[in-house]
Amino acid sequence: MRSTIIAAEHTINRFLEWFGELGLFAWQVILAAVSAPFEGREFLRQLDEIGSKSLPLVALAGAAIGAVLSLESRYSLVRFGAKSLLPAAIVFSIIHESGPVITGLVVSGRVGAGIGAELGSMKVTEQIDAIEASAVNPYKLLAVTRILACILMLPLLTLAADFCGVMAGWIADTLVEPISFHQFIHKGFVGASFNDFLAPTFKTAVFGLIIGSIACFQGMRTRGGTEGVGRAATSAVVLSSLFVILADVILVKLILVFFP
Amino acid sequence: MSHFATEVILGAEQNRNGAVIESIEEKNGGTPVVLQDLHKAFGTEKVLDGINLAVGRGETLAVLGRSGTGKSVLLKLIIGLQKPDSGSIRIHGQQLTLLTLTEINKIRKKMGFLFQHAALYDSLTVGQNVAFPLRRHTRMSDPEQRDRVRELLAAVGMDRDLEKMPSDISGGMQKRVGLARALALDPDVLLLDEPTAGLDPISSGEIDELILKLQKERNMASIVVTHDLHSAKTIANRLALLDKGKVVIEGSFEDLEKSDSEFVSEFLKRDS
Repeated sequence: MRSTIIAAEHTINRFLEWFGELGLFAWQVILAAVSAPFEGREFLRQLDEIGSKSLPLVALAGAAIGAVLSLESRYSLVRFGAKSLLPAAIVFSIIHESGPVITGLVVSGRVGAGIGAELGSMKVTEQIDAIEASAVNPYKLLAVTRILACILMLPLLTLAADFCGVMAGWIADTLVEPISFHQFIHKGFVGASFNDFLAPTFKTAVFGLIIGSIACFQGMRTRGGTEGVGRAATSAVVLSSLFVILADVILVKLILVFFP
Repeated sequence: MSHFATEVILGAEQNRNGAVIESIEEKNGGTPVVLQDLHKAFGTEKVLDGINLAVGRGETLAVLGRSGTGKSVLLKLIIGLQKPDSGSIRIHGQQLTLLTLTEINKIRKKMGFLFQHAALYDSLTVGQNVAFPLRRHTRMSDPEQRDRVRELLAAVGMDRDLEKMPSDISGGMQKRVGLARALALDPDVLLLDEPTAGLDPISSGEIDELILKLQKERNMASIVVTHDLHSAKTIANRLALLDKGKVVIEGSFEDLEKSDSEFVSEFLKRDS
């Protein structure tokens, strides 16, 4: 019993310590972000690394979700005699929830692991110390650029996932029962407002903030050689995915309140 | 041994609170590096326990000691990568512990640091690694930067490997590139962490010669942390032997040999 209490105490302490360190890290990043000079070259490199290189995977995941939604929804809607609502069901489902969440999870897997491993490896090989010893702020060079690139790229990648999802949904639909693309889009967006599209897309900027911050934080606090690098990469993926899902719950509620 | 060095040794022995070191600093018109009563612990483990050292311009101090005696920590404290628990670190007369990050960065621009495993940025080429400090802290044009990088790499015999990635060159070559990067901004203070560790005897000898040559040309204050007594003997004017966080002895190699301390004799015997 006593050992269980001690173990629980230890876990709570570690949990609070982690949040405390994350808070300090966030403060350093904010200070670095608002002070000159801005690392433009590295920022552009990260836009390419996080944006362009994630695009094929995000597009493929979006397309797969679109196709699966079409096949699954058709079966349900036919059963309830609402087959004509299929395009709207696919489009709404993709732009409201599936597209943003799939993009967030795919990026947290690819980019979270990449950033965690890269910064972790730089930490254990003293490259981050070398940057600091060269009178360059590592938070500015490594963290600010990656976090901003994630914030900027997530909504754009979501657009790509949404587009591929809708296209794949139409293809899957038309293969079963031919329907023109124009008609599919017309039926899909009937009754849709700009808010239906804008708010869910821009909520992924928050996912970007979460993925970038947690991956950089886990990477820059790596300890313990190559094993530590592995741990940093894994924890970056696990924690950023977890926080993306939790943030989604809160953001969905907020969107429903502010953009009814 | 220089007159300055003798004074420093006597100062360290005579006065633990650092008053003598301060007077030496004044006499020498600003000693680049002065450490006074430096303490550092990690948890309950004391790593440095009242270190007093000073290094003048044109002088090389080799810091020796067993693994885990805080030699690398000492260098990281001097460049501000870690903070001491107590004591003072003065670089060019400025108390490092009282400065803001911006002020510390100004001082860092006048310091070069060669890391134990070179710590080259593995996403950049050899040339880009050396250009890294130039790109950020000088107003040199691209052609000027290229010329400067070539000049620095030529000084360490690596100008043919400009476009190679760090992973494509040997450990000794990485250390040379690390040295070129450390010298990029013409530092007054050079900190070298195990410059010959893990190298074969020939590469070690080459690195030693390189450091000696650069010392003669640039008149820097250098601190070399090393396990390699032979290397320390070759490149340093003075040696300081650390044990249990304290300086056991400080002086020339001859002074170490004359010492009747059991630890010093054991250290010298093991190394020979």
